[in-house]
Amino acid sequence: MKIVVLVKQTPDTETKPKITADKKRLEEGEIKFVMNPYDEFAVEEALKTKEKIGGDSTVTVISLGPDRVVETIRTALAMGADTGIHISDPALDSADSYATAVALAAAAKKAGFDVIFCGKQAIDGDFAQVNSRVAETLDIPQINLTTKLDLSATGGKAERRIEGGEELIEFPLPALISCEKGLNEPRYASLPGIMKAKKKPLDKHDLAALGLSADAVKPRLQIQEIRIPEQKRRGVKLTGEVTETVPKLVKLLREEAKVI
Amino acid sequence: MAEKDVLIVAEQRGGTIRKISYELAGIGGQLAQKTGGELVAVLIGEGVQGAAASLGKYGVKKVLVADGPAFKLYSTEGYVTAAAKAVEKVQPGIVLTGASALGRDLSARLAQRLKTGLVTDSVGLDIVDGKLQGIRPALSGKIQHVVTIPESRPQIASIRPNVFNVPEANGPDASVETLDHGVDAGKIRAKVTEVRASAGAKADLTEAERIVSGGRALKAAENFKIMNDLADVIGATVGASRAAVDSGYAPHAMQIGQTGKVVNPTLYLGFGISGAIQHLAGMRTSKVIVAVNKDPDAPIWQIADYGIVDDLFKVTPALIEEFKKLLAQG
Repeated sequence: MKIVVLVKQTPDTETKPKITADKKRLEEGEIKFVMNPYDEFAVEEALKTKEKIGGDSTVTVISLGPDRVVETIRTALAMGADTGIHISDPALDSADSYATAVALAAAAKKAGFDVIFCGKQAIDGDFAQVNSRVAETLDIPQINLTTKLDLSATGGKAERRIEGGEELIEFPLPALISCEKGLNEPRYASLPGIMKAKKKPLDKHDLAALGLSADAVKPRLQIQEIRIPEQKRRGVKLTGEVTETVPKLVKLLREEAKVI
Repeated sequence: MAEKDVLIVAEQRGGTIRKISYELAGIGGQLAQKTGGELVAVLIGEGVQGAAASLGKYGVKKVLVADGPAFKLYSTEGYVTAAAKAVEKVQPGIVLTGASALGRDLSARLAQRLKTGLVTDSVGLDIVDGKLQGIRPALSGKIQHVVTIPESRPQIASIRPNVFNVPEANGPDASVETLDHGVDAGKIRAKVTEVRASAGAKADLTEAERIVSGGRALKAAENFKIMNDLADVIGATVGASRAAVDSGYAPHAMQIGQTGKVVNPTLYLGFGISGAIQHLAGMRTSKVIVAVNKDPDAPIWQIADYGIVDDLFKVTPALIEEFKKLLAQG
């Protein structure tokens, strides 16, 4: 079975953002980059699937971005993936979800796939669109927010999280599965894994290699400005006996905040 | 008129229109007024024809209905195809969906099919220089993006629940038209076979207007009972921090934060929650945040509007009594 995993490199969750002078980007200088946490579930599920299906199953990791994303691809290779593809092209510098999906879909097609795994969303942009957009570009079913999966060589059953419950879904392959927390426990890269990863094949593809023109990845969305949201906090901190603090709090919630 | 109209993708479950649909009608109506167009809805489901006209009360002029057994349960393929048909028919300049599980799933796939942009999770929408401008949180709410869709049409946006007001329900019935959706149930590949509801009839955290949330300081699963008691009094849904979930006091479905649910209530009450950055990521956009914590230096105080520095086990019972007293007065 040919298994593809889409991964993104994101700032780690502790990042305190600093915005560039033109207000269009984040200062990268102090950011520590990691694999998008939801993509760890995707890599794990891909490896579990390879182990389950066996035979000559392969796991190909695909990532798009500047040269630093190679570290994240190597992390996935160290966890056990077989090959990596790094998509890099100056025309993708301002790629939005649309452009990213077009490029990732082309790379997945070139690599060949029966199933594609990805995280439910990336924690930096939080757009949560690329997964569905890749599935649409490739005309395959999507199972988003997957929390349980039972996959065979031809199809599978999944549970996905919705408001107030779960949906149970049956689907044929090929398909795209976006992974939610709870699906599995991602493994760590072992030291031998890290050593081996250095020798695994990692190809770099530009747009031409994917058979795409710059026009095909023209962004649809434009970020006008990035800003830090205002925090207008009242900051009323009550101390003392509950016989005083509790009535005071309730009064404030009714009369000042008007939420009760 | 084409290009000026605003199309909302209304949501229903089991034939009942969901609140997010009225929120969509509210902001959709405002945008249509600015573009000089009409507010049109598409309603997809089985046995939903009857509910369609009532969307008019909230300002919708016309409802296109895709009704049939193929839509009994949500499927990405069926619903996206029907929504795309509605877009083709109306030729709207703007399409709005909820940033709900359904709306997020549908809107991204629809946007790709139409080769256009999508503003996910909008918390602000306006018309600036004739174009839709969206404001959306990113990096777990630490920053906001101000975005536009410069050229491609329609401009699609999904809206966060509980952000936009529900308009007063005083409009005339909407005209209802059957949509020629062209969906063949037999051709849908990924099929929903069952929808399982979680225990408890309360509103889901992502849509709840009031949330009572407990942290590690609850000390035991059975102590969440006092959170439930308080929630019952004020009509809230109960959530938990990651620390409480990891300690086994609450199930993961209740977790609020980076790896749990992102919530956006009018009132958030956090008990014994220190306010780790991952938790703040899930609730910082709450309109009013109340903290009860023994530690006066806990990070939660940086974003709390109100709070009591004290033991939650002392405060909660008193708070339950005080809320009861107040609500009895009306």
